[in-house]
Amino acid sequence: MLKRLKSRETILLGAIIALIALVETRFSGFAAPGNLASIFNDTSILMILALGQMTVILTKCIDLSVASNLALTGMVVATINAAMPGMPVTVLILIAIALGMLMGAFNGVLVWLLDLPSIVVTLGTMTIYRGVIFLISDGAWINAHEMSDGFKALPRHVILGLPVLGWIAILVITLFVPLIMRTPMGRAFYAVGGNPHAAVYTGINVGRTRFNSFVLSGGLAGLCGYLWVSRYAVAYTDVAGGFELDVVAACVIGGISIAGGIGSVGGAVLGALFLGVIKNALPVAGISPFWQLAISGAAIIIAVAFNAQSERTKGRVILKSAEATS
Amino acid sequence: MTLDNTKQPIAARGDTADLAPVLTLRGITKTFPGVRALGGVDLALYSGQVTALVGENGAGKSTLVKVLTGIYRPDAGDIVIDDTPTQFQTATDASDAGVTAIHQETVLFDDLTVAENIFLGHAPRTRWGLIDWGTMRTQATEILTRIGANLDPDATLRELGIANKHLVAIARALSVQARVVVMDEPTAALSRAEIEELYELVDRLKSEGKAILFISHKFDEIFRIADRYTVFRDGEMVGAGMIADITENKLVEMMVGRPVGQVFPTRSTNIGDEILRVVGYSHPTEFADINFGLRRGEILGFYGLVGAGRSEFMQALFGVTKPSKGAIKIDGKIAIIRSPNEAIEQGIVYVPEDRGKQGAIIDLPIFQNVTLPSLGRISGNGFLKMAEEFSLARKYTERLDLRAAALDQNVGNLSGGNQQKVVIAKWLATLPKVIILDEPTKGIDVGSKAAVHEFMAELANEGLSVIMVSSEIPEILGMSDRVIVMREGRIVDECDRKGLTPEKLVRAAAGYEESA
Amino acid sequence: MSISDTAQRTIPNRLHSRGYRLIRSWEVLLLGVAIIIFFANTQASPYFLDPWNLSDASFNFTEKAMIAFAMALLIITGEIDLSVAGIIALSSTAMGYALQLGAGTPMLVLIGLSVGVLCGAFNGVLITKMGLPSIVVTIGTMSLFRGIAYIVLGDQAFNGYPSDFSVFGRGYAFGVITWEIVILIVLAIAFGVLLHLTNFGRKLYVIGNNPTAALFSGVKVQRTKMILFLLTGLMSGLAAVCLTSRLGSTRPSIALGWELEVVTMVVLGGISILGGSGTIVGVVIAALVMGMVTFGLGLLNVPGIVMSIFIGGLLIGVIALPRLIGLIAAQRKR
Repeated sequence: MLKRLKSRETILLGAIIALIALVETRFSGFAAPGNLASIFNDTSILMILALGQMTVILTKCIDLSVASNLALTGMVVATINAAMPGMPVTVLILIAIALGMLMGAFNGVLVWLLDLPSIVVTLGTMTIYRGVIFLISDGAWINAHEMSDGFKALPRHVILGLPVLGWIAILVITLFVPLIMRTPMGRAFYAVGGNPHAAVYTGINVGRTRFNSFVLSGGLAGLCGYLWVSRYAVAYTDVAGGFELDVVAACVIGGISIAGGIGSVGGAVLGALFLGVIKNALPVAGISPFWQLAISGAAIIIAVAFNAQSERTKGRVILKSAEATS
Repeated sequence: MTLDNTKQPIAARGDTADLAPVLTLRGITKTFPGVRALGGVDLALYSGQVTALVGENGAGKSTLVKVLTGIYRPDAGDIVIDDTPTQFQTATDASDAGVTAIHQETVLFDDLTVAENIFLGHAPRTRWGLIDWGTMRTQATEILTRIGANLDPDATLRELGIANKHLVAIARALSVQARVVVMDEPTAALSRAEIEELYELVDRLKSEGKAILFISHKFDEIFRIADRYTVFRDGEMVGAGMIADITENKLVEMMVGRPVGQVFPTRSTNIGDEILRVVGYSHPTEFADINFGLRRGEILGFYGLVGAGRSEFMQALFGVTKPSKGAIKIDGKIAIIRSPNEAIEQGIVYVPEDRGKQGAIIDLPIFQNVTLPSLGRISGNGFLKMAEEFSLARKYTERLDLRAAALDQNVGNLSGGNQQKVVIAKWLATLPKVIILDEPTKGIDVGSKAAVHEFMAELANEGLSVIMVSSEIPEILGMSDRVIVMREGRIVDECDRKGLTPEKLVRAAAGYEESA
Repeated sequence: MSISDTAQRTIPNRLHSRGYRLIRSWEVLLLGVAIIIFFANTQASPYFLDPWNLSDASFNFTEKAMIAFAMALLIITGEIDLSVAGIIALSSTAMGYALQLGAGTPMLVLIGLSVGVLCGAFNGVLITKMGLPSIVVTIGTMSLFRGIAYIVLGDQAFNGYPSDFSVFGRGYAFGVITWEIVILIVLAIAFGVLLHLTNFGRKLYVIGNNPTAALFSGVKVQRTKMILFLLTGLMSGLAAVCLTSRLGSTRPSIALGWELEVVTMVVLGGISILGGSGTIVGVVIAALVMGMVTFGLGLLNVPGIVMSIFIGGLLIGVIALPRLIGLIAAQRKR
């Protein structure tokens, strides 16, 4: 399995490199370090959200409310910033994360304690959270000039050729590896999705583990809420509309099984990067940005077909000869 | 049943009358909707001793294991450890209290590695509190070596066969610092050599002073390794004592609640012409080269160990899976069966072992279950005719003496035995030629069991051909006209009812040498 | 269970009378809610009871309800199709494209319906032949179908549909009764009969309750699901015809987010999202409830996005409430 996952990541990495190389041969400069850094930076938010989504999908659930969560936290911190420009950005970031976790917890509680299907819950909260943005903003935009300079500057501040936004993505990825691989909570995500019945036998609380994943996904969406509105220096009701599909797409492309229990940090990151490279390559190659939606859709379908191929459960191996050769 | 009982137990049985038990269960009661699984049972486990828990399927043994390991919370009763009453809220509580178990079903994770399967939930940590994969691998290898399993700790479980998965389950149980080890049919899927190693392991655990609860259907192994016995019947404890003081016949009598030998219906052996012939049926991984014939009015028993490929073959015969080669003849004509639908058209029907998952649709009413495969007969132009539907359902459920309040009652509200009757009624309503019964009496109470047996005999007398897959030797011996034994996906023996002994069956199924 | 008791007993057909079962049904509860909302609306706004207003307001649920009927069957079997709004976009775009090539009204309708069926077939093949999970596949095709509409149209729109094409979305059959309402009533009856009175309908419940046991009972599970995906595609195509006719133009953002409202309608109608239970009557009442809520709030000048909060809350509320009550009841018992 580990070998297969590794190979899946290798295939994806190969595809990304091939894609970059292909575009480079036609449009020189695409593969330049500066451009690659900018692609990575561009994809940061998608990568962070994909990691959060991964933990949810690992537990056999799905979180469709991440983009609305992001937009709502973004609007809240932008509103606070506009009203109180003196409040330190770090406090705003903490508020964003906490608010995101709270919204994730709301999803999680419904899934955990009421045992409701996550798709229905998050379809519902997706519209509710989005609607709440309109309620608090009254449909108005918060534009760049209403935000403080510190608020806008942080994600764009360049360190060693990469903006802070990109560094935050790297930080999240770096923290995620031990979180997923080496903490009981991280391993519980795999156990709950892989075999919920058996998870109970190992003393893991299935509902609680799912709750944890929703809180984690929500917290990261909250963080991204700040990052998004500060980077693009604008907050309005439809921020990141439909972005939840890109996040799910990144996960599916990254080999995270929608049936739960299979996936890796590397897969989620590479899946997001794959979409990021395509998104950045389209304008360079002179293809209309209107192609992007169809390409993500096709990528999801191809990836899920590919996943199913590698996950196909074989029949029980009973024959000795078959066991030897399998 | 006179199995070889000359082997002396390896560890001496000391006089332990004055010994205090490590763990005692007092008056444990557990009820599920409609079923009382445990009705106030007592059980005591002693350090350095093996207690065998025997009882028929459905006697409450598995429920007891789940209570002991914190999966179920009992409705009433105490779990007493060292004179302190405790409660297990979760599986972790039980393992913290020193109770560990090798479960009957493999409760493991296919996509995790062997090492992680052994240590999930109690993995070694570094001083930063992170899981220490290196130590985990080393310790996993140590435990695996200790039980004689030569497995790569980094392999994922999916890559392993059933027997090896079972070894991982055993290793998992031993990875906890336990005082009480529960073994729920640990030898069911193991080969002869692996069983011997397991016995050695049990002896070693005994010498380490662990208290062992050993659940088994095999009397030879109970008499080989147990010191004490406890018998359950229908959720009650009906007897307990020292193994040295009891005979096999007495144990069986306690288990079934009546003298053995008159359990099965007598029937006329009026067997007709061959109706079904299977030639060279094979599957890439599940079974190979299955050849046999079945005659009208015959009951053909299929015996074998759990995982011998019997159900898998039956499901291929019924069209659920596709064979890689082979052919079927029905009434001398080649029949092609690629789906259950085609099997039903050809007159072959299948009562599956997993009643809740494959047989009954428990959230739908009885009549809808019964008429499901016969919908075409009770409808006109695709429209259902409710009156005909109810009368068809009534005809077959009443024939089977179903006990239900109404035909629109959901099947899930019925007892196991009555659920089985609904599934059988469903198939009889299709007027089949061949009925395959896969473990037909698994998990149903003794009374219903006898009713199912009686009915099976009646059907055969009426000319229906029956294939009965069973892992219960008395059932196989009592019901079959002919017995086929399968092992590792192949037919290894075929014999007439006459001259068949339990020993012969067990040897063939487990692959023992005749001289062993 | 004693076998000595061999006296044959007669098992009654039904445990409870028809009336008892009716009173305890979700549909009756929902009907009560609908009546309350109806009266609340009449009190809240004097314009509510105007027949022309009501007829006009019916457009906010008729097209969605057409899809909801097919979606209900799909959800009963344990599958889902989130691409329905994407299908509308693609189907409408195809009609607009055909229009540019000079197609007349019959051709437009044929194209609208065929594209719907083709999209359904695409979903169905991926899900039933390749065994892929419907939720991910249709999240993918939802982007793909609408994405193709964007590729064709970009930020443009197709306009200038022929005047006789507008009959589907704007025409009146009798008096204030629109053709859409007539179509909806016919479909409600047809779907109700299909689900509740035929072999086919019975098998849908069986599949939704236990697909394995259904297969083991000789039900052609995958083929049945394939038919339902085709049917959902066809209904989405029909909704595309009606909607395009009503709007008189095609933009790639047409019917954006409808999948959510359709699923809400189905779940509110008492169809279990886990499959296996529910009725068409429930979906019809749910459509009326949602239509009246939207219309009533609209009369009170509540903006659309705020109504979506209400819809989202309704979706979670209707599935959470029964569980919550069950949970509290279980706690009480202890």
